Amino acid sequence: MTLLIEESAPSTQEKAHKARGTVRLREHLMGWLFVGPFALVFLALLIAPLAYALYLSLFRKKLIGGTSFVLFDNYVKAFTDPSFLSGAWFVVRFSLVAIPLQIVVALAMALILDAVTSAFARFSRLMIFLPYAIPTVIGAVMWGFLYSRSFGPLSDVFGVFGATAPDFLGGNLIFYGLANVVTWQWAGYYMIILYAALQGIDPALYEAARMDGAGGRQIALRIKIPLIAPALLLILVFALIGTLQFFNEPQFLRFLAAGTIGPDFTPNMYAYQQAFALANFNYGSAISFALGGIVFAGVYAFLFFTRKRRSFL
Amino acid sequence: MTTGRSRARRAPQRHLPLQVLLGFLVVYFLVPFWWVVVNSSKDAPGLFGGGNTLWFTDRVDYFGNLRQLFTYDGGIYGRWILNSTLYAFAGGIGATILAVMAGYGFAKYRFAGRRLSFSVLLGALMVPATALVIPTFVMFSGLGLTNTIWAVILPSLLNPFGVYLMHVYARDAVPDEILDAARADGAGEVRTFLQVALPLMRPAVVTVLLLSAVASWNNYFLPVAMLSDNRLFPVTVGLGLWQGIASANNAGSTSLWSLIILGALVSVIPLIVAFFTLQRHWRGGLAVGGLR
Repeated sequence: MTLLIEESAPSTQEKAHKARGTVRLREHLMGWLFVGPFALVFLALLIAPLAYALYLSLFRKKLIGGTSFVLFDNYVKAFTDPSFLSGAWFVVRFSLVAIPLQIVVALAMALILDAVTSAFARFSRLMIFLPYAIPTVIGAVMWGFLYSRSFGPLSDVFGVFGATAPDFLGGNLIFYGLANVVTWQWAGYYMIILYAALQGIDPALYEAARMDGAGGRQIALRIKIPLIAPALLLILVFALIGTLQFFNEPQFLRFLAAGTIGPDFTPNMYAYQQAFALANFNYGSAISFALGGIVFAGVYAFLFFTRKRRSFL
Repeated sequence: MTTGRSRARRAPQRHLPLQVLLGFLVVYFLVPFWWVVVNSSKDAPGLFGGGNTLWFTDRVDYFGNLRQLFTYDGGIYGRWILNSTLYAFAGGIGATILAVMAGYGFAKYRFAGRRLSFSVLLGALMVPATALVIPTFVMFSGLGLTNTIWAVILPSLLNPFGVYLMHVYARDAVPDEILDAARADGAGEVRTFLQVALPLMRPAVVTVLLLSAVASWNNYFLPVAMLSDNRLFPVTVGLGLWQGIASANNAGSTSLWSLIILGALVSVIPLIVAFFTLQRHWRGGLAVGGLR
């Protein structure tokens, strides 16, 4: 008997091993079968264009002599080009103002909606979220109309007090006009994400804090906000990626704010102008790639410094 | 997922000052809609006549304006709406199918190269979508795809965030034991996915579908770069075209402004309806992205 067992033992082990081998192979196959279609699209429409943009950005097309390899000359040109630099400086400044504004507004609204449970609060939640369903360009146009001197209400409102209305479409105020548009557009979406995170917190924590004598404000600051830090980080990263690529709103408001918003207002608008108005795809690609590099480096550095990389990635 | 737990048991909290504050916020978020609703009832003289811009004039003529909107330039506006719908559905459904499959694959199979490809995917979340437009345009023009509907639909199929969201959801909401039980009962991998896993993933599927459809409906940079034939434009690019015309020759085309205003209003209605009617489905799914 013992002999038999000893003899059969390796064979069953072998069998199991073999079976596990086919199971493993099957798992590899099935995994790639499910991931494969997306992987193909990913390669064709993300990796390939990125590689191609890099390739294009290393060449320069001349009127005489055709296209020549110039290595990093386009990048040197971009980083000494006042149009690119002023656009890049604008989106950085704009991010520093508009992103904290959006997040603070979204966080405040989420905390209020988490604390107040009434039919009106539920209605407000939907209304605040509503702008997310509006195309960004349409949102920009709506606000453009409101800012407009010919058909906006601002001059009426300020006229009542005998003051001249500020022109949010001209001069330096366009900065705040645009900050208001993006806050209106995105704060509701961020609010919903934060609100969902707040709703996921176990209410028993609040009870415990109350027993220890914490008030509503302390609960918000010491419990709620730290616990939704991952969600805050997520929306911060989204906002950063989106704002540095600023294109739709200024491109659309150009028509209403003639003269204030030039074709090089943001780096993305400048890349668009270079590529599609001037057919300079090499330089346009270089600007796009430089901007993408700035975004990538910015987000990565941000995640690194907050040491929250693992919670997101 | 955990929303509403124990909320029903607690008495409703009504802080009056906070409710008043909410009231102001609601007004702020609704003002642009109100302006558009009011002013799309006017004709050009009413619009530029210098009356109250936040209230109706004596002439409230939505039907007349709608008829004008849908007949202007051979009914091009209706075509733009249909184009937007096609791009949103084709892009949204395609992106969702790819994202659901890939997210499930990443969550439930330990295949070779899984870790590496997932890291690449997460890196791709940080690649700005607009950086891809110019090289994609040059590639597509080489293939003769620019200025066709594919130039807009194909790039919309790419939704790395959707894959990430589906991965997280499938990992948490689809227990391995249930999948193993289905396999033990003799169901194949595909059938297990379709009949066991997919129903469990429904909230996230609806969320990803809605997010991708919204992204394609709202897209502006991609179609404005890819398309030159205005009969292929989505409504965002079409309204941009009208805006350019209207502001280029201000005197001759004041009537175009009232079409733009009504056009903006009509273009936002479909998505608002979709969000309201599907509310129950997408909220649970969106929570996942926030909880991670």
